[in-house]
Amino acid sequence: MRIEGKGRIDRGTRLSFRFDGTTHKGFAGDTLASALMGGGVRMVARSFKYHRPRGVLTAGSEEPNALVTIGTGAQSDPNIRATTQELFDGLQARSQNNWPSLDFDLLSVNDLAAPFLGAGFYYKTFMWPKAFWERVYEPFIRRAAGLGALSGESNTDTYEKAFAFCDVLIIGGGPAGLMAALAAAQAGADVILCDEDTALGGRLLSEEEEIDGRPAAEWAAEMAAKATAMDNVRVMTRTTVTGAYDQGTYGALERVSHHIPTQDGLPRECFWRIVAGRAVLCAGALERHIAFRDNDRPGVMMASALRAYANRWGVAPGRSVAVFGNNDNAHRTARDLAQAGLHVAALIDSRHDAQNLAGDVPFYAGHQVTRAFGRKGLEAITLRAPDGSESRLQVEGLGLSGGWNPSVHLTCHMNGRPQWQDDIAAFVPTPGAIPGMSVAGAANGVFSTAACLQSGAEAGLEAAKALGKRGDLPAIPEAENAPYRLRRLWAVPGKGRAWLDFQNDVSVKDIKQAATENFRSVEHMKRYTTQGMATDQGKNSNVAALAILADATGRDIPETGTTTFRPPYSPVAIAAMGAGSQGKGFAPERLTTSHAASVEMGAPMIEAGLWYRPSYFPRPGEKTWRQACDREVTMVREAVGVCDVSTLGKIDLQGPDVGAFLDFVYSNTFSTLKPGRVRYGLMLREDGTVMDDGTTARLSDAQWVMTTTTAAAGNVMRHLEWVHQALCPKMDLRFISVTEQWAQFAVAGPKARELLNGLLDQPIEDEIFPFMQCGPVSVMGVAARLFRISFSGEHAYEIAVPSRYGDSLFRTLVARAEALGGGAYGMEALNVLRIEKGHITHAEIHGRTNAFDIGFARMVSAKKDCIGKTMAARPGLTEDREQLVGLRPVGAVKQLTAGAHLFNPTEAAVRENDQGYVTSVGYSPTLGEMRALAFLRDGRDRHGEKVKLVDHLRGIKALCEVTDPVAFDSDGGRLRG
Amino acid sequence: MRIPCPICGERDRREFYYQGAAVMLDRPAPDAGEAAWDSYLHLRDNPAGPTQDLWFHEAGCGAWLVVERDTVTHEVISARLVEARDAD
Repeated sequence: MRIEGKGRIDRGTRLSFRFDGTTHKGFAGDTLASALMGGGVRMVARSFKYHRPRGVLTAGSEEPNALVTIGTGAQSDPNIRATTQELFDGLQARSQNNWPSLDFDLLSVNDLAAPFLGAGFYYKTFMWPKAFWERVYEPFIRRAAGLGALSGESNTDTYEKAFAFCDVLIIGGGPAGLMAALAAAQAGADVILCDEDTALGGRLLSEEEEIDGRPAAEWAAEMAAKATAMDNVRVMTRTTVTGAYDQGTYGALERVSHHIPTQDGLPRECFWRIVAGRAVLCAGALERHIAFRDNDRPGVMMASALRAYANRWGVAPGRSVAVFGNNDNAHRTARDLAQAGLHVAALIDSRHDAQNLAGDVPFYAGHQVTRAFGRKGLEAITLRAPDGSESRLQVEGLGLSGGWNPSVHLTCHMNGRPQWQDDIAAFVPTPGAIPGMSVAGAANGVFSTAACLQSGAEAGLEAAKALGKRGDLPAIPEAENAPYRLRRLWAVPGKGRAWLDFQNDVSVKDIKQAATENFRSVEHMKRYTTQGMATDQGKNSNVAALAILADATGRDIPETGTTTFRPPYSPVAIAAMGAGSQGKGFAPERLTTSHAASVEMGAPMIEAGLWYRPSYFPRPGEKTWRQACDREVTMVREAVGVCDVSTLGKIDLQGPDVGAFLDFVYSNTFSTLKPGRVRYGLMLREDGTVMDDGTTARLSDAQWVMTTTTAAAGNVMRHLEWVHQALCPKMDLRFISVTEQWAQFAVAGPKARELLNGLLDQPIEDEIFPFMQCGPVSVMGVAARLFRISFSGEHAYEIAVPSRYGDSLFRTLVARAEALGGGAYGMEALNVLRIEKGHITHAEIHGRTNAFDIGFARMVSAKKDCIGKTMAARPGLTEDREQLVGLRPVGAVKQLTAGAHLFNPTEAAVRENDQGYVTSVGYSPTLGEMRALAFLRDGRDRHGEKVKLVDHLRGIKALCEVTDPVAFDSDGGRLRG
Repeated sequence: MRIPCPICGERDRREFYYQGAAVMLDRPAPDAGEAAWDSYLHLRDNPAGPTQDLWFHEAGCGAWLVVERDTVTHEVISARLVEARDAD
C-alpha cells in the first residue's frame, strides 16, 4: 500500500507495468519491489527448494527472495532483483520457480515433505540404487534446479567492457563515501566514486535524519551535485564494485540501460576494470534478520528495509506493522513508521533492559517473536513475554533487526580474513587486507552518521596523501551520533522451522543437523546445508548461521571462522564479463587482399588460424570440391596457377648481424647466403623439436625477409625477439613483422614465367632469375619483389606488392592465368600439390617431430651452435624413431585417412603393434591414386614394404606400400627448368 | 594484475605473454653436459614467495621482461628488460 505524503518518488509521473500478466501502476523513482508493494502485492516469488511463498525481504542488492524475470523472448533477463530494478513505463516482469502459477505452485508439495528433505538429503538420497542416477535422479534434479530460466534464444542485447584509471577509487557513495570523495578530490586527487544505487547518498536516501540542520537526503543530493561538478571527480552510479584484484585493479559492473524502456543502442551493462592508486571502501553495512518459526512469511522483512520503503518510496506491506530487534537501530523503524501514520502495533526488543527510543509506540522489552502466521502474506505474530506467556498480535508487516554486518566482502577478495568484533557482534575488515585499500564508515564497524562522515573524510584525505597529494580535512557536518547498542540474538528457540538462508531454504535445524553429523567446519557446513550458496551469497544470514554452528559445536565465533568471500560481490552476467567476445569478437577475422575477388569467384573460405583462405574455386559443371581440386592441381602441373600466400608470416630483418643471428635461430647456415638469393630454413625449439620452416631471402647486404608458416607466424616473431633480446642482445639487428604490409601470390606452373613476363616491365629469363633467386621487379609500374621459390614443385614464383595493390594484382594474375589455360587454386589443391612433393606442413611438424624424423638431420649444421642443436642430439632422438615416409595404396583402396595408424600386415591392429600414423592424405590426379604422408617406425629403411593402414574411428582398412615422401618429380627437374 | 613495463609504464597483464621462470636466460654452453641442459630446459622451482619470471610485452613494445613478483602476496616487485642483464 502507498503511504500518502511519504517518499522521495515523483508522484507526478505515473508509470504502468505488468507483473505476471497483471497491469500495475507505480511512480518514477520506484523500484519494481516498491511499486509492487505500493500495489498491494505481497507474495512475489517462490523459494528454491520448498517453493514457499516469499515476499520482499530487503531494499537492496542483497535481496534473496524477490527475484524475477524482466522482459520477454530473447531479451528476457532472469533472476533480476526486484529491489534494484528501477521501474519504467511498460516494464514486464514475471515471477519464477513456480508452476502453474505463483499463487498455486504444485511443487510446494516439497514443503510438506520437508521432514525428508533436510540438510544433506541430496547426498543421502541420490546415492542408490546406482541405476537410478541417470534415468531418475539426474532428470529430476535438472528439472528442479535453478530459479529463473534463460529464454533459449540467442541473446540480442549488447554488453560492453571498459577500463578506467584514477588516483583514488571510492567504493560506495553514502555519508562516508561522499566525504571521502570530497576530501580526496579537494586534495587534488583524480577520484572515481562508485555506487550501486541510482543516486548517491546510501542510507541517507532512506532515513529521516538531519545533517547540518537539513534533511540528510537533501544534504546528500547537494554533495552529489558538488562532486559531479568537480573536474577531478567521476561519479558512477548504478555501478557495483564487484571485486578487488591485484595491483589496485577493481572490477565494477555498471547497469547502463536496465532502467529505460528502449535501449537506443546502449549496452545493457558495462563491465569496468578500474585501476586505482588507492581505494577507500565505504560499502556500508547490511542488516541481518533473526530466525524464528516461519519468519519467511511475505510481509516479514528487514527493519531497515521496512523503514526505507516508507521513507524513500512511501510504501508499506500493510497498515499495521511491528518491529522486532535486538538493538537500538531497530527503534528508528518503529519511530519512522509511526510518524508516517502507520499503526505500529508493537516495538519488540529482546533486551530486558532496552529503553524505548521510538516515542509513542507500544514497547515490549525482553519479549521475543516466536512465530509468524499467514501463508501468502503475514497476518499475525506470536509474542513471548519474559515469563514465557504467549500472545498473538495481528500485523501485516514485521521488521526484523538482528544487528548490522559491515560489508567486508571486498577486503576478503585477496585471501584476507575479517576479524570478529565482540561489542558489535560482527566481523570487521582486517586492516591492510587489500594493499592500497582502506575502509571507512559502517563497512569498518562505525555506525553513527557523524562517525561515518568523520571516518570517510579522514580515509579520503589519507588516500590522497599516500599518493603525494596535500590537503586539509574538510569541515565535518553535524549529524546524528547515537551509540549503537545490541545484545546478540541469532535465533528464537522453539519448534518448527526457523529460516536463515531464504534463497536456499536453510533453517536453524539444518545447521544443527550438519553439526550433529560432524560437518563442524564452517566450510563443510556451508556445502552440506547450502547455506549462503545462492545468488545472494547469504548476505543477511551467514553470520547467524555460523553463530549457530559455533553454539552447536561448543566453540566461539572467532574460532569457528567465516567462509571465504570471493568475487563478485553481487552477480555479474557472463555476457558482461565476456563483452565483445561473442561471434566475430571471439575470433577476429583476418582477410587477405584477394578475399573479395575469391568470394566473387564462389570460393568457399576456410579458417586458417584467424585468416580466411579459399578452399577451391568451383567452375560451372563441377559438382564436388574434388572435381575442382583435381582440375586446379592439373592446371598447375600443366599450365599455371595463382594462389594467395600472403598469410605466411613475413619478417623484415635489417642490420649487419642478421646473418649471424639467422645462423643461431635456424639449424642450417644462412650467413653464407648471397644478396639476391633465397634459402629454405629449419627452425628448432630449444628441446630439439622442429618449430617451423620457411624460406628467408637476402634482399641486399643488410636487409633480409623471412617467411614463416601461417600458423606459427606469431610464435616465430616472439621467439626471434626472445633469442635476440635474451640470448644475443649485442647482435646488431632489428626486425619487424611486415605480414600485412605485403600481398604475396604464388604463380606456379610451366607457364608461370610466360604469365609474369606479360606483366613485368622488364621480362625475366632463367639466367638472371634461376631457382632460389630473388630481387626487385616492376610490375605495371609498381615496385614489387619477386622470389623464385616453389611449394608446388613446379617452375614457380612468388610476387609481392604493397598490400594496397593486392586486390588488383590478384585479379590481373588470375585473368592472365585463365587466358593461358590456368587459373586460381585454393588450399585443397595446394595441399595435394605439396603431398605429391612430400613437402611438410604443421601436419608433420606438429610439435613432436625432430629434424631426424622428417629426414632433415643434415640440415642441423655441424659447424655452428644453434637453438635446439644440443638437445636434438640426445640419445633416443636419432634412432629407433618414427620417420617420414610416403604411402601409396596397394590394389583397390577406397580411401586413405589422416589420423589412421599403421601396422604390419600380419599383425593385429592393436596399440602394442603400432608402427606409426598417417599425417596427410590427398588424391593425386597427377599420379591417379591417393597418396599419403606418414610417420613409420624406421620408415626410411622400409621403402617398398607393405603396411596395413587402419582407421578404427572411421572403420577404414587399406594395404599400402611404403615409398619415399617425394612422389612426383623426385629429381626436381620441373622446379629448376 | 599490472606489470610495470620499463618502456611503456604500468600495463594490464593481458598485454603480456607469460613464458616461465627466468632461468631460461642462463643458456648453458653446448658442451655443458646433459645435467645442465636437463636442468635448463625441464627443471623448475615452485617457490612460495619471490620469483622471477619472463613476460613478453606482445601487445605493447615487444620487450622481453624479467618480472620479480611474490607468488604468495601477488606483489609485483620489479620488472626489467632482459637486455639490461648484459649492459655495462
